[in-house]
Amino acid sequence: MTARTLLDKLWDAHEILRRADGMSLLWVDRHLVHEGSHHGFAKLAARGLPLAAPELTFAVVDHYAPTKNRDAIADPAIARMIDTLRQNAAQHGVRLYDLFDPHQGIVHVVGPEQGITLPGLLINCGDSHTSTHGAFGALAFGIGATEVAHVLATQTIWQRKPKAMRITVDGSLPLGVTAKDIALAWISKLGTDGAQGHAVEYTGSAIRALSMEGRMTLCNLSIEGGARFGMIAPDDVTADYVQGRPLAPKGTDWDAARADWATLHSDRDARFDRELTLDAADIAPTVTWGTSPEQALPITATIPNPDDLDPAKAKAAAEALDYMGLRPGTPIEGTAVDQVFIGSCTNGRIEDLRAAAAVLRGRRAKVPGLISPGSAQIKAQAEAEGLDRVFTDAGLDWAAAGCSMCVGMNGDLVAEGKRCASSTNRNFRGRQGRGARTHLMSPAMVAAAAVTGCLTDLRKLSGGMG
Amino acid sequence: MAGWTTHQGQAVLLPLANIDTDQLIPARFMSTPRSAGYGDYLLYDLRRDAGGALRPDFPLNGTPQASVLVTRRGFGSGSSREAAVYALIDAGIRAVIAPSFGDIFASNAVNNGLLPARVDAQTHATIEGALQAGAADISVSLQDKSLRMGDLVLPFQLDDAWALKLQNGWDDIDLTQHHKTDIDGFARQRHQTAPWAWPAAMD
Ligand code: SF4
Repeated sequence: MTARTLLDKLWDAHEILRRADGMSLLWVDRHLVHEGSHHGFAKLAARGLPLAAPELTFAVVDHYAPTKNRDAIADPAIARMIDTLRQNAAQHGVRLYDLFDPHQGIVHVVGPEQGITLPGLLINCGDSHTSTHGAFGALAFGIGATEVAHVLATQTIWQRKPKAMRITVDGSLPLGVTAKDIALAWISKLGTDGAQGHAVEYTGSAIRALSMEGRMTLCNLSIEGGARFGMIAPDDVTADYVQGRPLAPKGTDWDAARADWATLHSDRDARFDRELTLDAADIAPTVTWGTSPEQALPITATIPNPDDLDPAKAKAAAEALDYMGLRPGTPIEGTAVDQVFIGSCTNGRIEDLRAAAAVLRGRRAKVPGLISPGSAQIKAQAEAEGLDRVFTDAGLDWAAAGCSMCVGMNGDLVAEGKRCASSTNRNFRGRQGRGARTHLMSPAMVAAAAVTGCLTDLRKLSGGMG
Repeated sequence: MAGWTTHQGQAVLLPLANIDTDQLIPARFMSTPRSAGYGDYLLYDLRRDAGGALRPDFPLNGTPQASVLVTRRGFGSGSSREAAVYALIDAGIRAVIAPSFGDIFASNAVNNGLLPARVDAQTHATIEGALQAGAADISVSLQDKSLRMGDLVLPFQLDDAWALKLQNGWDDIDLTQHHKTDIDGFARQRHQTAPWAWPAAMD
């Protein structure tokens, strides 16, 4: 038998049929929906169709979830979005993680946390960062509203199989360097469309050494490099994370699952359409300077001069610098920020909060900031560990779980012209609010920026990283 | 969704790279029901000044009749929000021509009758050149995947399955329902061979 990639194995396990034109009809094991899925439900209702598999569909309130004053939602448009999801979930018999549920949180955090996400599954959600779940060795990708309606109605999805790409990161990450930095490093190298049309599998000793949290951060950001799929072969770290989760397999099912998951890796001789190799030792704490995740550099670098760049990228760089209010040729480090944000499906997990707290412990923030954990469960755990006190003692706001300032749909916005050091995933123009200036970085780097009031190489903070 | 094979309209140049879906429609408009129309939200913050007035120098503002958008690489990158496509459609756009598109955007576009026409660098430069003086007539053919502007005849790339879907106005749910026996059989078999793939009963 020919050697197969992890992508081949996952694809084969879900392919119901392949049309002559190459489009595959795939079986969907889990469908995650949120308030933004209202267009999909409306399309289903317009056809009068039932939900094909309510037991495989899970609903989460996250994009519009208020992080404060949940009892009385002030904005009627936000209240309506949440109510619509409640109605749709109730009508179709879908399990809903509602605002006051102890397991509420961001869809890509709740899925893994509840054991909804497992190795070997195909997972869809009407959200591009669905690639997060690939960290478990799942085939997970974001879809649009028409496709959401299709999955609701049929529990299947049409897809053309992407090409296989492998990113190998060997060696050990230097102190202060995280999965976020690996992602920003490869995206800045290849560009935001660098992995377009490809499913990225991450391998190498540096990847194996990552926790599940780190792996999720890395797969989450795959979409920012143009890949719809990011994946990592499951191993003991994966199984240890999954075991005992509420909806994870139990008893003989668990044993059967473990046996199946053991086959989920690329065969030794499997061929990839593209390969990229990085040395972990070369990666530094990275920050973005522009309005695209590819516009990222090590914190030790200087802000580029558009004239020195590839002519194809010079104009975009000049416009980005203008929007960001930055001067070419000056060091990135030392750029004053107005506020900080820690949260999102990229970096709102317990490990992220611990890393930020390690920097903030015993220190005061010079600028205001908001910390919104990825889920209510993470919030509770952080409070049990006393992390919330570290944050509030530093002068930062500790809020409830949701997408919050990652996208600002719930009203948590960065004001026009303000500069925010953010642990999120998109520094697009206006992403955090009209005219907002976003710098992406790891949670520990956000914490360092809070302490000094400017973009800072956390390795230089006196007393180290905690 | 109605199918179409050729489109005659006006092309306008928007020479910006990486116009992501957050720019195509800012998040704050996304709680609007579709029936309200999304056309006014298209590129809202780019088209308007801080006071909300349309910028006279923004390409689209001077050509409300334009139905073909010519832009640069990475169009529609970012979030999966199909509202980005609704905003284009509701503003009268039928085709977008660019060197590359965000994957999810392109698929959303085809699901709504909007053509994401990919062109190579040389073709792109030719079209940009032809539009330097302002908007111009264009004709788009899905049949032979070509663009005509004056004497120019230029090729674009599009997945064959997508070209057929646009022409026939096919709806995937209808198509898929023809495969119901296959789907049911697959689900039964998966349930037998991988029972762990169904959510466990809660304790
Ligand atoms: S946290 Fe941000 S990226 Fe993640 S699901 Fe929410 S809005 Fe999307």
